[in-house]
Amino acid sequence: MTSDRLKRKILLLIPLLGLFLLLAACATTHDRLLDMDTSQVQLRSIQSRAFDTTDKEKTMRAIIATLQDLGFMLDRADYTLGVVTASKARADSMQMQVYATLRITVTVRPRGEKQLLVRASAEYQRSPVTDAKPYQNFFNSLEKAMFLEAHQVD
Amino acid sequence: MRFSFRSGSVVLAVLLLMTGCAAVTLDADLNLTPEMYAQRQMQTRRFDTTDEQKILRTCSALLQDTGFTIDESETRLGILIASKERDATDAAQWAVFIVGAFFGVTLPPDKDQIMKAFVTTRPVGTEGKQVAVRVVFERTVFDTEHRLKKIEALNDPKIYQSFFEKLSKALFLEAHDI
Repeated sequence: MTSDRLKRKILLLIPLLGLFLLLAACATTHDRLLDMDTSQVQLRSIQSRAFDTTDKEKTMRAIIATLQDLGFMLDRADYTLGVVTASKARADSMQMQVYATLRITVTVRPRGEKQLLVRASAEYQRSPVTDAKPYQNFFNSLEKAMFLEAHQVD
Repeated sequence: MRFSFRSGSVVLAVLLLMTGCAAVTLDADLNLTPEMYAQRQMQTRRFDTTDEQKILRTCSALLQDTGFTIDESETRLGILIASKERDATDAAQWAVFIVGAFFGVTLPPDKDQIMKAFVTTRPVGTEGKQVAVRVVFERTVFDTEHRLKKIEALNDPKIYQSFFEKLSKALFLEAHDI
């Protein structure tokens, strides 16, 4: 009697275990696809700056000019959506420089009545860039092309 | 036998070196440097016109004439991106390859390359009476074993001079330095 119950319990456990294994596999893919490593709010603040202008075209042109100055190759640009994507890849096997790539997406959208919010998100060697410094550098470069100060936002 | 051991250790040393150095870094590549400004100078010309779209149209025709295919464009933002795939065979590299093969060193020569052009236009001057055109060329090179060998910006001033000479002829306008 007791062994019968035990057997039934084990039989129930096996599909459960299988389900867990399946779920675990799903979770890793999900994590990669929609991962949010750092606190999302913190990252957004690192990646964003507000500019005192409402001229979207001028702002996007300044972003593109900055990226061109920095040696990036443009992949995509859409005025309506306010999106610019560019990448910089370099390699030189003769000079012992290994392949490295830096990709960046910059978006522009209105912030209130008098400002535009510029957000940049970068990817370096297949990982998201979450340090503040590279974004700081990018916005410093952009400020010069905009002739406007970039304001930190919360 | 002794020779192959020596060349083996050279290859090992080279491999070790290769692991240390990335061609693009987060520290260096988002910072504007004086060299980048010098490059902008070389890659940009101004034309006396208010018709930015005409310049873009002429640029796309010029790129087409030189065998490029247009990949992406956005007129409102003054952008054109084009590319072409061409042979990258270099006689000197083949000579090195053949000589090297005698000593058991293989240095596969360049075979194919993808060339990219990135053109931007923007109105400049106090009343927007001029249009500045900037073009950047870069190329990706693969060796005879289809391995990525090099991705580099093309920095020979002659390339840019020649591009702007052709553009200025097609526009019937003089190209000014910035």
